[in-house]
Amino acid sequence: MAVKISPALPTAPQTPLQTISSELEVRIRKRFPNPEGTFNLNVHFRALAGFTILFGASGAGKTTLLDCIAGLSDPDEGRIAVGGEDLYDSEKKRSVAAWKRRIGYVHQDLALFPHLTTEENVAYGLRTLTAPERKTRSREILDLFRIDHLRDRRPAQISGGERQRVALARALVTEPRALLLDEPLAALDRPTKSLLVGDLRRWNQHHRVPILFVTHNGEEVFALGDEVIVLDAGRIVAQGQPHEVMRAPRLETIAHLSGFENIFDATVLALHEGRGTMTCRLGKGAVELETPLVRAEVGSRLRVGVRAGDLLLATESPRGLSARNVLPGTIRRLAQRDVIVSAMVDCGGTEFEVHLTLAARDALQLGPGKGVWVVVKTHSCHLMGV
Amino acid sequence: MNWEAFWLTVRLAGIVSTLLIAIGIPIAYWLTYSRWRWKFLVEAAVALPIVLPPTVLGFYVLVALGSRSPLGRWWESLTGHTLAFTFEGLVIGSLLYSLPFAVQPFAASFGAVDSNLLRASASLGHSPVQTFRRIVLPLSKAGLVTGFALSFAHTLGEFGVVLMVGGNIPGVTRTISIDIYDQVQTANYSSANQTALLLLVISFVVLSIVYGLNRRPWVVGPWR
Repeated sequence: MAVKISPALPTAPQTPLQTISSELEVRIRKRFPNPEGTFNLNVHFRALAGFTILFGASGAGKTTLLDCIAGLSDPDEGRIAVGGEDLYDSEKKRSVAAWKRRIGYVHQDLALFPHLTTEENVAYGLRTLTAPERKTRSREILDLFRIDHLRDRRPAQISGGERQRVALARALVTEPRALLLDEPLAALDRPTKSLLVGDLRRWNQHHRVPILFVTHNGEEVFALGDEVIVLDAGRIVAQGQPHEVMRAPRLETIAHLSGFENIFDATVLALHEGRGTMTCRLGKGAVELETPLVRAEVGSRLRVGVRAGDLLLATESPRGLSARNVLPGTIRRLAQRDVIVSAMVDCGGTEFEVHLTLAARDALQLGPGKGVWVVVKTHSCHLMGV
Repeated sequence: MNWEAFWLTVRLAGIVSTLLIAIGIPIAYWLTYSRWRWKFLVEAAVALPIVLPPTVLGFYVLVALGSRSPLGRWWESLTGHTLAFTFEGLVIGSLLYSLPFAVQPFAASFGAVDSNLLRASASLGHSPVQTFRRIVLPLSKAGLVTGFALSFAHTLGEFGVVLMVGGNIPGVTRTISIDIYDQVQTANYSSANQTALLLLVISFVVLSIVYGLNRRPWVVGPWR
């Protein structure tokens, strides 16, 4: 659990509006019809100052949740509070209007006002300030996000990455009490992304507000998250620090989302208590894997997930390895994605996906039909549904 | 060519379409954002003048303005004369008659504004009315101009309502279309032809402006 931040932390010197570190508390239920029947959103969590990642497949309820917090949609019941102040409380029949909540919200499609310039867009949320103050404040944030040179241009006249920065600056300049970011980096290339993330982090060092960051990109979870909340079909299925939640996923939904390309049905064949491992048979094939020991009985069924990037390929039977599993197989297909080669290897009826570099493919002269050995470390095998 | 009737008509159309901006915007706002379940009844009522024979509308307006209705009596006590067969009565009749030609383009353009912009505006601390003024209205410029021009052109050519409500008093209620009718009645075809042609040209020009404005690439004008 992260340390609760005291309100005495320094605020940014240039900011006339006082911001205190705040905690976002959400406990809501909402039912609504969707194409598959009724969707039930039912969540309870707290987000402290810093990044909290909301992670989940599309349709998990992430955007609905953000809409409820922003006040753009009302839950059926529950309570939403920020910094101890109720924004919504069904028991007290209280729901603060969206425009009075001071919650920053950057939607995936940014929603920049097309008829206003960059500077006018950024100054839009500073309605209550005087014109000179508005100007000073918007110039400051334009500077921070390195978009000062774009201030007289309209959204249609700037690039996608620049638009994203304008949208972020527009939300941040209002000094919101919490920030909701719905996949704001989805359309960006990696260098632009990390620049923006740096800007955000720098901004939040001064302001210390909870930032709920929606993504379904596993990489972003590790890059950003102090805390990650995994949402599936409207419920929180896991919560914790990214490495706890994502590195050892007990749930298949997380496994798929965080990039477990290989997920197999398995049956426990033998337990090796002394070694801390056990032997599992994959599917109906003949492949046996030595996996970490979990609380299970011989004959029980579970699922094993292995990342394609954690597997090794050898063109000769390897010896003297620490890895416990060396499986002979045949390459069925090779596919190239960017700089990664994905090889599908058939090992006695079980197909593994293995990721290699282009150089490795060329050096080993890999191709369909070639006989190989797949090497699987015991601790690369993640057991799920236990 | 009866210039008196011509300028009277232009004045009437100008006043009516200007007033319709003031009246039509709140109505269109309500029609766009209200979630009232019986809203469709109001929509139907606003659209009525499109399909109703102008004489029917004119008849009811005449009754409503007459000294036997509360409105007519109130106006009489205020000004000393009835509304029927006056220019003011004509304005009221024309407002009703041209209402849908202003409200419908207004509402269509309000509704076409991306709802994500409205949500963003709310999150940035703007009330619905402030959002309407700073986001919806500026982005609905083309719809506002369209509604103004259509109601102007529509009022320019009205006949039935004017005849019922205003009669045919030169300089007060004799509009250009009634003048054409008079000229045809007295077999004065060449004069009727001139006036008709003028009305035709004006209407075409106004509609060209409307459709030109709504051409996608021209947000403000073809010269930009």
